[in-house]
Amino acid sequence: MSKQIKVALIGNPNTGKTSIFNSLTGLNQKTANYPGVTVEKKEGVCKLDRGVKAHIYDLPGTYSLNASSIDENIVVEMLLNKKHKDYPDLAIIVSDVENLKRNLVLFTQVKDLKIPTILAINMSDRMKYKGIELDLTYLENHLYTKIILTTNRTNSWIDKLKNLIGNYNKLPSNKFMDPKLIDPEYFKNLQRTFPKQDLYKLWVVICQDANFSTVDKNFLNTANFETKSISELKRLQQKETIKRYQLINNILKLGQKVDQSKAVGFSATMDRILTHKVFGYLFFFLILLGIFQVIYAWAIIPMDYIDSTFASITQWVKMNFPSGAMTDLLADGIITGIGGIVIFVPQIAFLFMFISVLEESGYMSRVVFLMDKIMQKFGLSGKSVVPLISGVACAIPAIMATRNIESWKERLITILVTPFMTCSARLPVYLIIVALVIPNETIFGFNYQAIALMSLYIIGFLAAIFSAYILNMILKMDKKSVLVMEMPNYKIPLIRDVLYTIVEKTKSFIVEAGKIILAISIILWFLATNGVGDKFENPEKYISENIELLSEDKIKAEMAAIKLENSFIGNIGKTIEPVFKPLGYDWKIGIGLITSFAAREVFVGTLAVIYNIENYDDSKVKKRELKNIMQQETDENGNKIFTLASGISLLLFYAFAMQCMSTLAIVKKETNSWKWPAIQFIIMTLIAYIVSLIAFQLIS
Amino acid sequence: MYSIADLKKGEKAIIKDVSANNIPIKLLEMGCLPGNEIEIIQLAPLLGPIYININGSHLAIRKETARLVIIEKLVDNE
Repeated sequence: MSKQIKVALIGNPNTGKTSIFNSLTGLNQKTANYPGVTVEKKEGVCKLDRGVKAHIYDLPGTYSLNASSIDENIVVEMLLNKKHKDYPDLAIIVSDVENLKRNLVLFTQVKDLKIPTILAINMSDRMKYKGIELDLTYLENHLYTKIILTTNRTNSWIDKLKNLIGNYNKLPSNKFMDPKLIDPEYFKNLQRTFPKQDLYKLWVVICQDANFSTVDKNFLNTANFETKSISELKRLQQKETIKRYQLINNILKLGQKVDQSKAVGFSATMDRILTHKVFGYLFFFLILLGIFQVIYAWAIIPMDYIDSTFASITQWVKMNFPSGAMTDLLADGIITGIGGIVIFVPQIAFLFMFISVLEESGYMSRVVFLMDKIMQKFGLSGKSVVPLISGVACAIPAIMATRNIESWKERLITILVTPFMTCSARLPVYLIIVALVIPNETIFGFNYQAIALMSLYIIGFLAAIFSAYILNMILKMDKKSVLVMEMPNYKIPLIRDVLYTIVEKTKSFIVEAGKIILAISIILWFLATNGVGDKFENPEKYISENIELLSEDKIKAEMAAIKLENSFIGNIGKTIEPVFKPLGYDWKIGIGLITSFAAREVFVGTLAVIYNIENYDDSKVKKRELKNIMQQETDENGNKIFTLASGISLLLFYAFAMQCMSTLAIVKKETNSWKWPAIQFIIMTLIAYIVSLIAFQLIS
Repeated sequence: MYSIADLKKGEKAIIKDVSANNIPIKLLEMGCLPGNEIEIIQLAPLLGPIYININGSHLAIRKETARLVIIEKLVDNE
């Protein structure tokens, strides 16, 4: 077997760590979750000389080994446990050339854990116009490491770094600081009690926050050792930080020269406008407007193309496969169902592109800065803005993005209200219902349908904000809320890094949603095409009108309708119909709602299967076809099913209801209990039911 | 005795004391330590967060946290 080296990429947030990861591994990477938590684990392979493979782990960004979030804790646990299967052979500490001093704090801590360490000083191309000069030999000698200057402008450093990785066993293993410098008495005592343990490692274990860490601390209690109170420990941590800064300062005084007069403050100029109390908000508003413009105006073009492509595939399958049950399942169930999600790909890709660009450019922190006070009034943090915006794409990554919110209460509220934001899965439902019940006319130059769609987005946002306000009053929790956030320098995001994010997120969306849709389509199709009883077996006997007067097509259609009504799904639908009747829905919509609880986007596919569209042949009018059939749907008294009242009631139901199993699963993972997803599900669905009921009764 | 919360936009000061009990460790790790110079870059409206520059580290902190960092004002004659 060829030699394998495990490499951990560690660094402060915003140092371009992921960019280095991408340079080393290319698309040769995969993302998984760490067991038990939803922290993303990025792993890639980098081929070195002589068949040696380096497994690179891109660890979450952290400022130090004093973990204060789940993400940061992943780093610490991995570095503390030599038996951890990913315990690295060496660490590369990625630092930002403009913030070297701060970045070195983490570097020296990792160094003191006796892990061979390379220091990568990133964004080195900025040194010149920031007036920074480094004496690399001096720094290497005093930090006991090898230094490599990296940049995303050129690739010449990659081979050099690979070479250093391959020869990691030649890296100096000296420790940087003797922990006794922090507090001689305490650490001497510690060493006396645990003579076999490494002193600094011991100290890091002691400091781990019990809230996050699973590091075993029990051994501390068994020994005859005087443990310190939390505030005393904090005092020592402060001392450690100060001590490290002192030592680093001394080294940088000789190893780094900064000519302040040369420093060009591009970020400062930008910030004068972008964080301005008027222009800052104006700019943010324009950005949001721009995002919506692109998603609704531009994304339509590829979406139409995808739509017609899938319609022709369906048609082709129907023409070229022997007609029968399996072909119908394939064409009407599976391909149409998959088409129903693939059609969102342009919008989701655009949304993730925007979010990734906003994050990478450093602008998102400015939004947090601007919005913090306003969000606090609703019990949220400024950092809640990021999940709320991401929630317009999909609640799942949005909820995962709440992790850097320091206060548990603010974070929990953000998690609970984010699913109110109008995610892209609601869009196909909205589009078809709006097209069905809202007139395509204009008032003062504004299209009614566009206004309706816009209102739904606003309703979603208001629902999120007001429920946050109420939750903030109800939830009795200790609110220890702090905000300490870095405002990174503005940078132009690398197209490659943005593309990787888009590909990765879109892929996981299609795979996850695809699995559910596939399963539901098959079950639904089976239930809709099978049944028991005479009505299902011999539907021709039950055609009410005079059979001789009807055309052959009409007879077929009537028979299909009777069969469906008496299939398994028909029976289920009829049973639950009383629940949905007051909202203005018939049993078919009821089935659509039920299947939507797996995932909202299933609704349209469900209706397509149920309405049993036989005229799929004309690819261009596929959508209009479903719309037409829905338009013509009547109840037994000949009244239309899709009216303004039932349509609006349906729209509101989708706006409020918690219909996404994947989101509930993520909430369960992030809150570590079934309690919160259960509460979320019940309350949201209850609100949806009541609001839809009121809307239907008022309008009709 | 002044704290960061007492500074106006554009004002500079030297950090004197960060020994308050409930000061976040993260703030110290980001370079908020005695002796360092601090500059106020921007104040968010409605008494919102404060955007500061400590020795090249750009941070945003809330007013409550800013009150815990004791400073000595620098008279800037620029």
